[in-house]
Amino acid sequence: MKKIYDVVVIGAGPAGLSAAIEAKKSGAGDVLIIERNNEPGGILLQCIHNGFGSVIFKKDLPGPAYAWNFIEQARSLNVEMVFDTMVVDITGGRKIYASNSVEGFIELDAKAIVLAMGCRERTRAQIMAPGDRPAGVFTAGMVQRLVNIEGYMPGKNFVILGSGDIGMIMARRLTLEGAKVIKIIELLPYLTGLRRNYVQCLQDFGIPLELSTTIKRITGKKRVEAVETVGVDETLTPIAGTERVIACDSLILSVGLVPENELSRKAGVVLDPLTLGPVVDETMATNVPGIFAAGNVVTIYDLVDYVSMAGATAGISAAKFAAGAPVSPPAFTLTPGDGVRTVMPQKITGLSGPDASVLVELRASREFAGRVSVNILEDENIVYSHVEKYARPAEMITLKINWNETAKKLSNNKSGLKVNIAKI
Amino acid sequence: MEKKFICIRCPQGCEITTTLDGLGAITDITGNSCKLGIDYVKSELSDPRRTITTTVAVTGGELPLCPVWSEKPIPKDRVMEAAAVIRPITVAAPVDINQVICENILGTGINIISSRAITKGGQ
Amino acid sequence: MRTNYDVIIIGSGIVGSLTARYLSAYDINILVVEKESDVGMNTSSANSAIIHSGYDPAPNTLKAAMNSLGNRLWHTLAPELGIAFKESGSYVVAIGAGELPVLRGLYERGIANSIPGLKIINKAEFLTREPLINPDVSGALWAPTAAVIDPFGAVLAAAENAVVNGAEYLFETEFTGFISGGDKITGIKTTRGDFSCKWVVNSAGIHSGEIAKKAGTRKDFIITPRKGSYLVFDPVKLSINNVLFPVPTDKGKGTLVSTTTHGNVMIGPNNEPCENMDDSATTRAGVEEVLKGAKKLVPSIDQKNVIAMYAGIRASGNAGRDFVIDIPVEIKGLVNLCGIESPGFASAPAIALKVVELLKSAGFELKEKPGWIPVRKPAPHLHTLSLKERAELTAKNPAYGRIVCRCEEITEGEIIDAMRSPVPARTYDGIKRRTWLGTGRCQGSFDMPRVIQIMAREMGIPETEVTKKGGGSEIVFRKTKEVPAR
Repeated sequence: MKKIYDVVVIGAGPAGLSAAIEAKKSGAGDVLIIERNNEPGGILLQCIHNGFGSVIFKKDLPGPAYAWNFIEQARSLNVEMVFDTMVVDITGGRKIYASNSVEGFIELDAKAIVLAMGCRERTRAQIMAPGDRPAGVFTAGMVQRLVNIEGYMPGKNFVILGSGDIGMIMARRLTLEGAKVIKIIELLPYLTGLRRNYVQCLQDFGIPLELSTTIKRITGKKRVEAVETVGVDETLTPIAGTERVIACDSLILSVGLVPENELSRKAGVVLDPLTLGPVVDETMATNVPGIFAAGNVVTIYDLVDYVSMAGATAGISAAKFAAGAPVSPPAFTLTPGDGVRTVMPQKITGLSGPDASVLVELRASREFAGRVSVNILEDENIVYSHVEKYARPAEMITLKINWNETAKKLSNNKSGLKVNIAKI
Repeated sequence: MEKKFICIRCPQGCEITTTLDGLGAITDITGNSCKLGIDYVKSELSDPRRTITTTVAVTGGELPLCPVWSEKPIPKDRVMEAAAVIRPITVAAPVDINQVICENILGTGINIISSRAITKGGQ
Repeated sequence: MRTNYDVIIIGSGIVGSLTARYLSAYDINILVVEKESDVGMNTSSANSAIIHSGYDPAPNTLKAAMNSLGNRLWHTLAPELGIAFKESGSYVVAIGAGELPVLRGLYERGIANSIPGLKIINKAEFLTREPLINPDVSGALWAPTAAVIDPFGAVLAAAENAVVNGAEYLFETEFTGFISGGDKITGIKTTRGDFSCKWVVNSAGIHSGEIAKKAGTRKDFIITPRKGSYLVFDPVKLSINNVLFPVPTDKGKGTLVSTTTHGNVMIGPNNEPCENMDDSATTRAGVEEVLKGAKKLVPSIDQKNVIAMYAGIRASGNAGRDFVIDIPVEIKGLVNLCGIESPGFASAPAIALKVVELLKSAGFELKEKPGWIPVRKPAPHLHTLSLKERAELTAKNPAYGRIVCRCEEITEGEIIDAMRSPVPARTYDGIKRRTWLGTGRCQGSFDMPRVIQIMAREMGIPETEVTKKGGGSEIVFRKTKEVPAR
C-alpha cells in the first residue's frame, strides 16, 4: 500500500466499486478501495436472488452476477483493493486511519475520498420488541449472510417481522432450503417491500402475510420458543384481545435499514436528519471539500442500478477534485415539501455535465393511490413536473432532470426549492 | 370473469386486471404500464414460470457455498422439485461464473448455472 | 476433579465473586458453583450500575452500614481490579416546588449515615451542571461519592482475581440440596455431583431464600422478585454526563437517568412483578413506564435512539427490607446472604469482608496465603486507546488489527483474550459482556457470523455447538447443505 492516493473509496459494494472504476476512467492515478469484508461485492454477494440490473444491463441478474461485472472491471483497471480492513477514523483533512491483521495499523492520505459504507439494519431495540432475550432473534441480513455465504441454517420454524424486501426474500430462501416460514407480520397497514417480491416470495410459496400486526412478546429463556403477536389500530396502538401465540424457534426482523455514517461524522460531514445520510449535491459532494458519498450511506435505495450510478458520479467528482479542478458551490437547496419524506441530493450546483443532468431520489411520506405529479417548486411556481402512476413510501421515485431546462423557469432567483407530491 | 395479477417483470409491480371469457380467452387487460405486463399475464395464465436461485455446496473452495440460478425461468409448479434436485449437488472448486452446475434440470431444457466464481483455498 | 473444598459459594454474582476474591487471600480451597453459563448473569449484570453514596438506607440498618463502607471500598477496589469506574457523583433532582422538601429529608438521612460531601444545590446552579434537565427543576441533592461502574466487568474482575489466586468456578452447575451430618452442613448436591466442604456461603441472589430454607433456616424469609427494565441509548444521539435520580417514593428510588462507564445514556428501572423467579422479560407497559419516568427528568429523551433494552430482577426480601448477612443458629457451616437488593452492588465489598469476619468469629481458621495477588490487569479495549497505542499493540499482535465488531470496533485479538482469560468466555454473550462487542447500534448483526467462526475455532467445536448463553441456546443448528461426506 502507498502512503498517498488520489482517490480512496471506503467500501467495495456497488457504490464503491463504481466510484473506483469511474475515478480511474476519469484519470485518477492511484485509486484504493478499503473493504472490511474479505472480498469485493458488498451485500450483493449475499443477495443471491435475481432482480438486479434492470436499468443498467436491461437484464434480470442475481446479486453476485451483477457485482461480478463491476469487480472484473475494477480489477482490469488496476484499482487497488485491500480487504479485511476497517477504517476507524477519517479527518476533515482527508487523513485515513485503518486497521487490519496484515499491515497492522494503517495511516494514509487521500486527495479525495468517496464514502460508500452502505447501511446497517434496524434492530430489536429500535422497534421496542419486548420479552425475553434468547438466541433465535436475528436481523434478515444476518440470516441472509449465514444461510447464503457462511452456509448455516439458524432455525427450523421462522416468524418474520417486517414486510421489507429482505424479509420476503429470506422467507423464500429459507423455504427452498427446507425450513418452515410460518408467517410474515407487518406493523403498517401496507406492504413495505416491492410487490413483485410479495408475489414471487410469499404468494408462490403460500406464506401468509398479516398486516397491522406487531410483536407483543418474545418468549424463551435459552432459544426462542414462541412469539406473541398483537393487532394494531390506525395509530399503530395494540388492540387488546387480538393477541396470538405462535410457537417458533426463530424471529427474523426485517424492519428497515439505516445509512451507516459513523466515519462521515468523524470527518465532519453534515448529515440530513431525514435521510440520515450526508447532505450532498448532485455531484455527490458533501460539505467537506474532497469528501464525496454515494449509495446506501447517503439514502436507502430500492434498486442497486441507481446506487451504481450514484457511485459513478461520486467517482468522477472525486477524480476531478483530486486533479485540482475548482469546486462549484451549491446554488440551490432541495427540501421535502408536502407528501415527500426524503429527498436527495439536498443541494444542487446546476453546473455539472453538458445538460447539467441531475438525478433526484425521493420517497413519499404517505400512500398516494392514483396518479400524482412530482413537482419542484420555487415558492408556488412549478419549475419541474413529472407524472407517476402512484406514489408509495415503499418505492423510491427517481427523477432525471435536465437542470439547464429547469433553471430557465426559475424567476425569483431563489435558492431554496421544494419538492412535493400532488394528486392529479 | 376477472382475474387480478401483480406483474413481477420489473420492480414497479403493476396491478393488472384481466377479463376472461367463458373459454378462458383474454378479452381485456388493464392496469399494465408496458408490454411486459401483457406478456406476464399471458404466461401466468398459460405457463407460469419463475427463476430459481439457490446455492450448492463447494468442496476445496474459499467459501463453502456457490450461488446458482436457472439461466431461464422454469415452470412455477416445479420450483420446489428443482430445489430438491439441486440441494444435494456438490461441486469442486474452482468454480467459474456461469459454469453449468446442473444440466437440463428436470428435463426442462434449462441449465442451472453459477452466479459467481469460487476460487480454490481455505476450508 | 476435586470434590472436597473448604468453602463452597453458591452463586457467582458480585457478592459471591467478591467473597471468593477476599477469601482467596487465605490458604483454603474455594469452589463457586453457578447454574448459569457465566459469572453474574442475573441481577449483578442487569442493574443501575451505580455505586450509591449511602444517603438512602434507613439509619442503623445493615443496608446503611454496608452501603457506606462498600462505597469507600469500591473507590480503591475498582482501580486495584482494573474495573471501569467513573467517579461521577449523583444527584437527586426535585422537579417542581413540591418535591423540594424531600431533598432536605434525604440530606439529613445522609448525615445520619455519615455520608461525606452531601450538598443541596439550587435551581440556577443545577441548570449549569445539567443543561438537558427539565426546566421545572427546583433543586438537587449532590452526593459526590456516588460512582458509576461496569457491573459485569466488576463481577468478572472479582472472579478472575479469585481464580488467579486459586479459587475454582463451575458453571452450568445447579445447587440441588445440602448434605448434612447431625447439626452441621458437610456439603452440597449439584447437577454435576456432590461436593463436600466445611462452609457454604449462600449468595444465590433471587434464589437465596429458597436455599436458606432448604438448610432449615430463615423459614419466614421470602424473596418476592421484582423486575426493572432498562433502556440504553445511542451515545451519538443523546449525551448526559450525570447520574440523575428523581425524588424517591415508597416504591423505591424511581427511574434514573444515568451514564454508563461506556458513555451511553441508560434509563431505568421501573418496578414490576415477575411471573416467576426467572422472569426477566421486558414488557411494553414496563418500557413505556421507564420512558415516562426518565422524561420527567430529561424531557428530550426519545425512544427512537434506544439501542438496547433488558430487565433485571431484584432479590427483594421481607426481612424488614434489610439485608440478611449472618451465620444461622439452626445449623452449622452456613453463611446466609439473602435479600441483597439495592444498594447491593455498592455494598458487595463490605458484605464480602463481613463474610470473612463472620467465618473467623465462628472459629474457622483463615491463614493468610503468601503470594496472594490482589491486583488484576484487565485485557486491553482497543477502541479506548489512542491511535498510537493501538498501532503499538497491533504491531505486537496482528489479531488486534482485525476489527470484527464494526460499531464498537472490537478486534479478533480482544475476542481471543476474552476466551483465554482466567474465567474464559464460553458463549457469545460472554464475549459480548467482556468486550462490549455487539453492544452498539447494530447489536451484533454484523459481527455474529464472524464471532461464531472464531469461537468454534478457539473452542475446537463445530459452529452448531456455539451458544448465545449456554446449552440450549445454540445459534445455528445445521449446515445449509447437509451433504453426506463422500
